[in-house]
Amino acid sequence: MTSTQARNTKVMNRFDLTQRLVAGLKDEAVIGGIGNTNFDLWAAGHRPQNFYMLGSMGLAFPIALGVALAQPKRRVFALEGDGSLLMQLGCLSTIATLAPKNLTMVVMDNGIYQITGAQPTPAAVHTDIVAVALASGIANSSWAADEDDFERLIEQSKQAAGPTLIGVRIDDKPGTGTTRRDPVQIRERFMHGMGVRQLL
Amino acid sequence: MAAAEQASSKDKAKEKSQDAATTWHGIVLQTLKRNEIKLVPYVPDRVLTTLIKDLHADPYFTTFPTAREEEAVGIVSGAWMAGTRGAVLMQTSGFATLANVLASLAVPYQIPLIMFVSERGTLGEFNYGQALVCRTMRPVLDSLAMEHHTITRLDELEFIADRSIKQAITTQAPVALILSPLLTGGKTFDK
Repeated sequence: MTSTQARNTKVMNRFDLTQRLVAGLKDEAVIGGIGNTNFDLWAAGHRPQNFYMLGSMGLAFPIALGVALAQPKRRVFALEGDGSLLMQLGCLSTIATLAPKNLTMVVMDNGIYQITGAQPTPAAVHTDIVAVALASGIANSSWAADEDDFERLIEQSKQAAGPTLIGVRIDDKPGTGTTRRDPVQIRERFMHGMGVRQLL
Repeated sequence: MAAAEQASSKDKAKEKSQDAATTWHGIVLQTLKRNEIKLVPYVPDRVLTTLIKDLHADPYFTTFPTAREEEAVGIVSGAWMAGTRGAVLMQTSGFATLANVLASLAVPYQIPLIMFVSERGTLGEFNYGQALVCRTMRPVLDSLAMEHHTITRLDELEFIADRSIKQAITTQAPVALILSPLLTGGKTFDK
């Protein structure tokens, strides 16, 4: 896999990309990061295999790593914002070391803390998130050039020999819909979706 | 296998079983195993060295370092929701970084997060920063109404650890097991 420079990629839309991802899913797990990322995941159509974070910014990839380690046969997707990932960059090293091949990470990069008023992140101008992931040891890391490329990279990740990270440049459109905010219900449904709980 | 090697591996096995019964780290390892806790991410601490080494040496466990304690909490939370039990090892200063993830993930989602915290900052601490940060730990646990126990005695360790783990799992609530220097010997200023 070759990496593409961030500034050469098309600016896409998070809800559109999330819909494209969800449309191709069966029983794969999806961990949605805090805020707009999981609003769009919810709006793309609720599935019991989706986990929605209500806080703990930056932990979408670590939570997804835990799911991937517990269920190595299930494909696990994680959707994270660039600001959130900045809070927990060290997790890329952990993931590179454990190298779960069933983990696909998507970084929704618009360079802003959108949900708090769209202030730029400290990485907005000078930091290339995909280059950081590559340097952290995640060899399958690349920017998606456009929507078709995103879909191709998602498909490719399903056969990858290690974890995959896909960077997408997105616009600053707010999330679509709002996730229901009942943490116990979210967890219980997710555990049902993971096949470790029966619904009452 | 040569006779000498056989004898030495027997000695090692004997040593191991003594360890399991008589050392704090041996008891912690056996208690984790008995409760089917397989995933043990950690941020290291000098006092935990032997436990971490023994966890790495035992193929039953998947154990690895993380860059931050929060990350380890995220990992074991995800793993538990997908059917694998875990516990996190850390020291006092690491616990101090966790208030947000405890209050926004472990507590509200009702996740049985099991934490072993090696206690720095007390009983002869030499680092002023550790002494201060230690005093933030129990108020944070109390303010979240989280179960916590400070273990000081070897003869109480198995009971407290085993029962606390079982309570955490059955009540779906986090627990912090604080390993006092009275139990572990702590870290001493030896320079």
